[in-house]
Amino acid sequence: MNSAIKIKNVTVVLGGYFKALRKVRAELPQGKIIGFIGPSGAGKTTLIRAIVGRQKIASGEIAVFDIPAGSAQLRSQLSYMTQELSVYADLTVQENLRYFAVMFGIKRQEIPGIIANILQVTDMTEYAKQLVSKLSGGQKQRVSLAISLIGFPKLMVLDEPTVGLDPVLRDSIWKLFRQLSASGTTLIVSSHVMDEAERCDDLLLLRDGKILAHDSPEALCQRTGLKTVEQSFLKLVEMHS
Amino acid sequence: MSFCKTFATAIRVLGQLLHDPRTLALVMLVPCGLLIIFRFVFQGNLAVYNSIAPMILGIFPLTTMFLITSIATLRERTIGTLDRLMTYPISKLDFVFGYALAFALLSLVQALLASAVVLGVLRVTVMGGTVAVLISAVVAALLGTSLGLFMSAFATSEFQAVQFLPAFIFPQLLTCGLFVARDHMAVVLQWFADIMPLTYSVDAMKQVTLHSQWTGILTRDLLVVVGFGVVALILGSTTIKRRE
Repeated sequence: MNSAIKIKNVTVVLGGYFKALRKVRAELPQGKIIGFIGPSGAGKTTLIRAIVGRQKIASGEIAVFDIPAGSAQLRSQLSYMTQELSVYADLTVQENLRYFAVMFGIKRQEIPGIIANILQVTDMTEYAKQLVSKLSGGQKQRVSLAISLIGFPKLMVLDEPTVGLDPVLRDSIWKLFRQLSASGTTLIVSSHVMDEAERCDDLLLLRDGKILAHDSPEALCQRTGLKTVEQSFLKLVEMHS
Repeated sequence: MSFCKTFATAIRVLGQLLHDPRTLALVMLVPCGLLIIFRFVFQGNLAVYNSIAPMILGIFPLTTMFLITSIATLRERTIGTLDRLMTYPISKLDFVFGYALAFALLSLVQALLASAVVLGVLRVTVMGGTVAVLISAVVAALLGTSLGLFMSAFATSEFQAVQFLPAFIFPQLLTCGLFVARDHMAVVLQWFADIMPLTYSVDAMKQVTLHSQWTGILTRDLLVVVGFGVVALILGSTTIKRRE
């Protein structure tokens, strides 16, 4: 299996002394949904930022599609949905999409078609002309996700894309992730909700800047002999402390 | 850098303002209102008003654009949009010049309105003519935009950002020659004024007021202000980091 991302001994130091990641190493598969799971403060966001090239790393290296993370050539091949909404609340949904599409380098004549498609995929067509500030929390989250779909990049890195969403919406978003992955997109999804972990193909369990386990949910449960990822995670934490 | 992306950023920034009519109204109408109040403050000495009103025309766009830009860019940093954009295939200058372009247009409208009030309604005469006044005002606004963009990097909250106006702009305002002629100030302050951009912006307006012809000093003043603006914009773009 080809690996989309190679993380070699990556250490990240924040604010001069705090080691947010300690010698993390992992190879993440292409075309799969990869879950970064762990409690808050585990280093999920830091690892994500390192992969998209927003985070300086103290030592080690990361390659995305065999290109060093943060290289200019990668910028049109990935999208990054931050934990904050990263959407202009004082613009309409459509204006947001149009702006980010131009910035992503989509050709002018292709933009209307792409926007219509993305609005449909995220079920936001009826809100296209609404100001983002007037939308509900879940709708805002979907706008942010919609922006990440622009250009349908090979790699989508989504930091807690489903936090605070109702179960119905969460389910429909996971179905979308599944479709994207079926068409070859590699997705990295972070979460501290363990039942979401069960939906991933590949799991990276993080705690205190280290990887506790890297396996598929099934293999993980098999290894610990427990039923759920949550139980397995807790057991692994116990074993390591 | 791409013209298309710079232009899209300018349209986006203006779009945000258009959805916020109250801010837009404040930007456009407050300077006009203040200039009218000033006129009646100097009721007993209109000659003084005639000489300072054009200078104030140069100061308004600078202060408004400084405030708006520093808050706007600070907001981009905190809501995550800058984070997202920095992973995009864009140049940082697309972002920075997009802002400059948007606020240049905004300040042109602001200057048109304020000049219409000062020159048209209040009948202040400037020897250099309306076009020279507008040019000087827009150049001053550009300086405000670029200083705001640069300074916003040093603020981590809106509270800090608004304090940069009294901390950074007021000293320049006090020493620029508006209140007291510069050669009457303490020598140290004269040196200070000599290296501060606002001095040249106000001096440009003074030139426009006093001379019917385009003077060499006016050209020098405007070049200094534009130079400061461009340097601050470029420095501002270096404060935006791809990697943090």
